[in-house]
Amino acid sequence: MSFGKLFGRLIQLFPVLLGVGIIVFFMTELTPGDPVEIMLGDSHVTEEQEIALRHDMGLDLPVHERFVKFLTNTATGNFGLSYFHRRPVADVIAERLPATIELSLVALIFALITSIPLGVLAAIKKNTLLDRVATVGSLFGVSMPGFWFGILLLLLFAVKLQWLPVSGRISYDIEVPIVTGFLLIDTLLDGNWTGFKDAFKHIFLPAVTLGLPMAAILTRVTRTSMLEVINQDYITFAEAKGLRKRSIIFKHALKNALIPTITVAAIETGSLLGGNMIVETVFGWPGLGRLVVESIFIRNYPLVQAAVLFYAVTYVLLNFVADILYTKMNPRVEL
Amino acid sequence: MTVLSNSSNVAQEPSLLVRNLLLFARSKLSIVSIFIVFGFCILALFSPWIAPHDPNETDLFLRLLPPFWIEGGDIAYPLGCDALGRDILSRIIYGSRVSIFVGLSVILIATSIGILTGLSAGYFGGRIDSVISRIVDILLAFPYLIFAIALMAMMGPGLQNILIALVYKEWVIPCRVVRGEVLSARKAEYVEAAKASGASNRYIMLREILPNILSPVVVVSTVRMAHVIILEASLSFLGLGIQPPTASWGSMVADGRVFMLESWWVSTFPGLAILILVLALNIASQGLRDAFDPKFHD
Repeated sequence: MSFGKLFGRLIQLFPVLLGVGIIVFFMTELTPGDPVEIMLGDSHVTEEQEIALRHDMGLDLPVHERFVKFLTNTATGNFGLSYFHRRPVADVIAERLPATIELSLVALIFALITSIPLGVLAAIKKNTLLDRVATVGSLFGVSMPGFWFGILLLLLFAVKLQWLPVSGRISYDIEVPIVTGFLLIDTLLDGNWTGFKDAFKHIFLPAVTLGLPMAAILTRVTRTSMLEVINQDYITFAEAKGLRKRSIIFKHALKNALIPTITVAAIETGSLLGGNMIVETVFGWPGLGRLVVESIFIRNYPLVQAAVLFYAVTYVLLNFVADILYTKMNPRVEL
Repeated sequence: MTVLSNSSNVAQEPSLLVRNLLLFARSKLSIVSIFIVFGFCILALFSPWIAPHDPNETDLFLRLLPPFWIEGGDIAYPLGCDALGRDILSRIIYGSRVSIFVGLSVILIATSIGILTGLSAGYFGGRIDSVISRIVDILLAFPYLIFAIALMAMMGPGLQNILIALVYKEWVIPCRVVRGEVLSARKAEYVEAAKASGASNRYIMLREILPNILSPVVVVSTVRMAHVIILEASLSFLGLGIQPPTASWGSMVADGRVFMLESWWVSTFPGLAILILVLALNIASQGLRDAFDPKFHD
């Protein structure tokens, strides 16, 4: 793929992103209630102060001017003030982001390390008990309501067995110097092995809950593509040459079978973003997802608006990366 | 089921869809799953007659009563009671109304919109196609749950708003499927023949193309209904969907969270109901896909 084509694809993203901006802008325009009144709440202010605030927030401008302002502000990363925190929304989001990214990454890793071996094994041992278990398991995985599964895990591992903590990212008595914001990495950088184990215990259940549907989908994809690859001529040829079965599978088949898996994984990483609102709420995970849910109930709309915008842009970019990956790995597919 | 009668009107001999449905009926697991789905539909339709108690009747003497097989349980309240002493089984039965109603209506509305837009985009092409495809691209850019959550946050909770929030994005999926199918059907001989005989565009789209592309639409609708049911339950779980005291499975799971420690049954059973219904829909859609895909035919 040439640089020019890549650039062309990148340009195509702009109309989509503009459309996303329009939808998010009008979403909040439709909101009942006056933002100024919500922001002031019960505090007693004079009418002049209220007008001044309205002017400061740009709410006295006509719709089209506000939209242009919204776009320029967004492009420069200025999402306004969070009503509740009285700080820039961008700062509040940035603060919560590492927890969400860390959780999503661990969920992604969980999904990959469970689904790939399971999918490959199910394909090699087609129609055996193991294959059935994998198929039934992945059906359950996609049908499981995440919030309920999370509660069941909590009930079993945190409440009954008391192996794992109920909520949070790390125990209060453990101090970690923040470098990357990812506690699993920061504890290691600090050489704090106990802290790492503690952080891992905290992230384990939320990550499993978040990663389960993805693991289920990837198991199916891996199984199907592995079955397809095994039946290809070059695999039959390798077998005829007398190569050992294990070496055929790992050296020849797996490499090609994983192409769809990786592509789907990249696309599904976007849906992890959606799941984290639920999972973070269930596990009291202090990330962006929970912040958004909390913000809705206190009608902190600028934050909700910015977060939706952030999620959508990330989602678009992830799909773009998935597209590129797919083309890179499949020379036959042209952009 | 209107789908079925429509297509058999068009073709004299059993249409592809009917033949495919017969194939589907051969798989035992698919039949069981369809029965489960219909079972839930019956629960939803006849809740007042089936439910042993009033779902909203509170009785603090029955507070957190365990299921009947646990000591202290009462067979009159087989799955126990919640924190307000309401019968969990009756609430699950009434809760099926919300899940089935939301699932069916969202899919029916979204699929109708999707078929109309997809047919127009695929058949006419050109400017109509690029406008519709652009809108589809933009809506696809939002992760589903976040989009629904944001809309619910702006519009406020309630059944009607749930339908709007979910349909808003859901129609995109059947639209894409239909458009793709129409693009390949447009060049087919029977379409050319209908054009040559002077049939109107509307006739060709609705009477010639549509019946022939219904199979994938039916498959997609079943699997999407499973998604929609989970989405509604998720919204209600977060407190953004159905409001108390109306029973919905998602909010019932949320209610029980606080009492998880001593009364696991409050959250567990409504969640199980979601899992069973969604699982049945997913199995049914897989059975449909296998039956509709010529690759799997004998």
